[in-house]
Amino acid sequence: MDYNILIGGAAGQGVETLSSVFEKVLQRNGFKVFSIRDYMSRVRGGHNFVQIRFGDQELFSHADELDGIIALNEETVELHIGRLKADGFVICDKQVAHADDRVMALPLVEVARRVGNARVSGSVALGAALALLGIPATEVEAVYSKIFRPDIAKQNAEAALEGSKLVQPRYNLSLPVDNLSLSKNSLSLPKGGESILINGNQAIALGALAAGCKFYSAYPMTPSTSIMNYLASKMLDAEIVVEQAEDEIAAINMAIGASYAGARAMTGTSGGGFSLMVEGLGLAGMLEVPLVIAEVQRPGPVTGFPTRTEQGDLKFVISASQGEFPRMVIAPRNAEDAFYQTVRAFNLADKYQIPVILLSDQFLADSTVTIKPFDFDGIRHERYITHTVEDKPYKRYKITPTGVSPRVIPGKIPGVTVLVDSDEHDEYGHITESAEVRRQMVDKRLRKLEYLKQELQEPWFLGDDDFDVLILAWGSTWGPLAEAVSMLNSRQRTRYAALVFGDVWPLPTKLLVEKAKKAKKIINVEQNATGQLASLVAEVAGIFCDFSVLKYDGRPMSPRYIFEKVREKE
Amino acid sequence: MSNTNYVISETAWCPGCGNFNILEALKNALEILGKKPHEVLIVGGIGQAAKTPQYINTNGFCGLHGRALPAAVGAKMVNKDLTVIVHTGDGDSYGEGGNHFIHNIRRNVDITHFVHDNQIYGLTKGQASPTTDLGHVTEVQIAGNINPPLNPVLLAIALGAGFVARAFSGDKEHLTSIMVEAIKHKGYSLVDILQPCVSFNKVNTFQWYSKRVYKLDESYDPTDKLKAMEKAMEWGDRIPIGIIYREEKPTYCDKIEFLREGPPLIDRPVDIQKIKGYLNDFI
Repeated sequence: MDYNILIGGAAGQGVETLSSVFEKVLQRNGFKVFSIRDYMSRVRGGHNFVQIRFGDQELFSHADELDGIIALNEETVELHIGRLKADGFVICDKQVAHADDRVMALPLVEVARRVGNARVSGSVALGAALALLGIPATEVEAVYSKIFRPDIAKQNAEAALEGSKLVQPRYNLSLPVDNLSLSKNSLSLPKGGESILINGNQAIALGALAAGCKFYSAYPMTPSTSIMNYLASKMLDAEIVVEQAEDEIAAINMAIGASYAGARAMTGTSGGGFSLMVEGLGLAGMLEVPLVIAEVQRPGPVTGFPTRTEQGDLKFVISASQGEFPRMVIAPRNAEDAFYQTVRAFNLADKYQIPVILLSDQFLADSTVTIKPFDFDGIRHERYITHTVEDKPYKRYKITPTGVSPRVIPGKIPGVTVLVDSDEHDEYGHITESAEVRRQMVDKRLRKLEYLKQELQEPWFLGDDDFDVLILAWGSTWGPLAEAVSMLNSRQRTRYAALVFGDVWPLPTKLLVEKAKKAKKIINVEQNATGQLASLVAEVAGIFCDFSVLKYDGRPMSPRYIFEKVREKE
Repeated sequence: MSNTNYVISETAWCPGCGNFNILEALKNALEILGKKPHEVLIVGGIGQAAKTPQYINTNGFCGLHGRALPAAVGAKMVNKDLTVIVHTGDGDSYGEGGNHFIHNIRRNVDITHFVHDNQIYGLTKGQASPTTDLGHVTEVQIAGNINPPLNPVLLAIALGAGFVARAFSGDKEHLTSIMVEAIKHKGYSLVDILQPCVSFNKVNTFQWYSKRVYKLDESYDPTDKLKAMEKAMEWGDRIPIGIIYREEKPTYCDKIEFLREGPPLIDRPVDIQKIKGYLNDFI
């Protein structure tokens, strides 16, 4: 079972609300869900849509072909009917004129008015769609109750009920009861085998909270803002400072100050904001202050495509800032990975006293997916903070074999003061002009990178060991690629396998070298125009790709897209 | 005994620099307040004044040019037990860091901001700063500075700062007393400290300031905002020093209950079971 429904309309028409209710109803009926969001950089008008794919098996990506369209305006029908299957359906208001016989023009607005509010016409459409699909509407009211105040929730639920009366069931998609994702008590925690519905940014935010992050400062920037939104919603309960900074420079410097003072601290932005943060990144590197930065990519340079996706910042982020110092860059591959990698980022930042960057993108940030609930019991907070000091005065930058110096939190040990400096400094943190000290300190900082390399996670391997062609990818491309590899291999012809990197800097090379040796051909699949991973792999491992599948139109690659592009080159 | 003295063989400051007096006054102020070195955090940006954390035995953070304030407020928000003091210059505070100056007055985090205002760029050898007087000739402002100077005292009052003062490095005793009051003030406090640059400002010299500054006496009411703004605009033949404006108002931490009450944020354990409960948001 694999269905794909598009909900579209103008900005301000309620596409997002309707879609999130639809997703939750599907989730609560036991379906696996994967949705993407395509929206414009505007508050009213234009065209926004959400594509909700659902089925009874795990989903990793979106799909292109549509089974149904819920159109809140005429434009939605015009723009997307070309992708609608021959037996698909369109639900829209009867005012929408269209000759296609797949269009079901229903009195959505009229019914909504009868319920008492023309604005609930989307809920009428939802009720109609659920009835058409044969999905029980039992969870609709509970979902509305979670997001609206009681009277509004009731009105919307009534609208959905009235909508369900407008159509006859055509599909019968209800899942057996034992597949249901939830008990009726929606306040109980999800149990084993049950699912959460979450997007990449929410997973990062929840990961930060789970890691004990106590300070988040950021300047709003699409598509990173929803990290700050989620954290702000938990600010009082979780006791985390969430401060909207006057600019990204302030955001990163505040976070560095908070981290120096002993709190786990984080900032988040997209490529443009990260550009402003670059000097701060170097500061964290030079001061050896732990810091986690979420860089949620969108197509650049500069303003670029504000609401769309790209993996164009890899080489920038791994080398941003003047000078040489250790950092780590992790590109989460899906929402589950985003959660656990965020926790890991905080632990590694503390252990090596370095900045760790989570390099996500709009596709991962805004896609919602059903996954199994995160395991909180395995989470450890590894702080690496010293409570006793041998050297008097304290040497913040003591030369050690690993390059990591014992870290004291300022104010915590009477008589011990902590001095950090953006100038080159000696072991005490004092400014130095000494050539010898400079050499020692550069070596000390870079030594941390060598130890960090021992902690790297090898890329995820897709496919079987018995392959002909090796595909290289990174970050969120994992989802569409996982399905594309299955599609390619199901043809019983050329056999494909893939390595999908999460740790991208330092780049782990063990598995890469091993697999590359066996490959007859190597292809890189990336959401950018220049093949930045391929270039990095060539630089680090001396391994060259034979050709690239690249996409840089701001729209995410679908499994079908990758499948077609790879097949063309066979 | 605060023992804030560091054994430093030499500073990077020029002989006769106003920074020496400011550093002495700071040490005296901390001693008067009974602060122990580990209880104090001095934050600097970049510049000659910003090197202050290097020459005193307290916690020290020498960050980026213009970015001392964000780092200072970040530290204070998570550890309210630290006495956080920013020491940096006019270029750092009002030029490169102008945006942070504006918005941290609005935030009103309980920190103290001592600006060593010598009306010139010292470390980069003598270009105009945001407070350089009109007509001042430098190697860059070759025909004299044509951009009118920023008035930090007036600006701070206008933005709603709760403690705004001006002091002179040449009067150490008076400066010390102002510093004590500024550190004691709950919320953001600004002290614009007039200071000669013996190497690069040949206009606003020690004598130039000495001739002009006068201390505000008890007849002056620093709680009258409009009067304070008038006083802040006095610049020229006579320059007032002292507390120009003061007003108690809730600080950033006062306005957030979990920061106001209880131990500093860094001392609180993470309730992982509570965080786990947030999974409910996603079902």
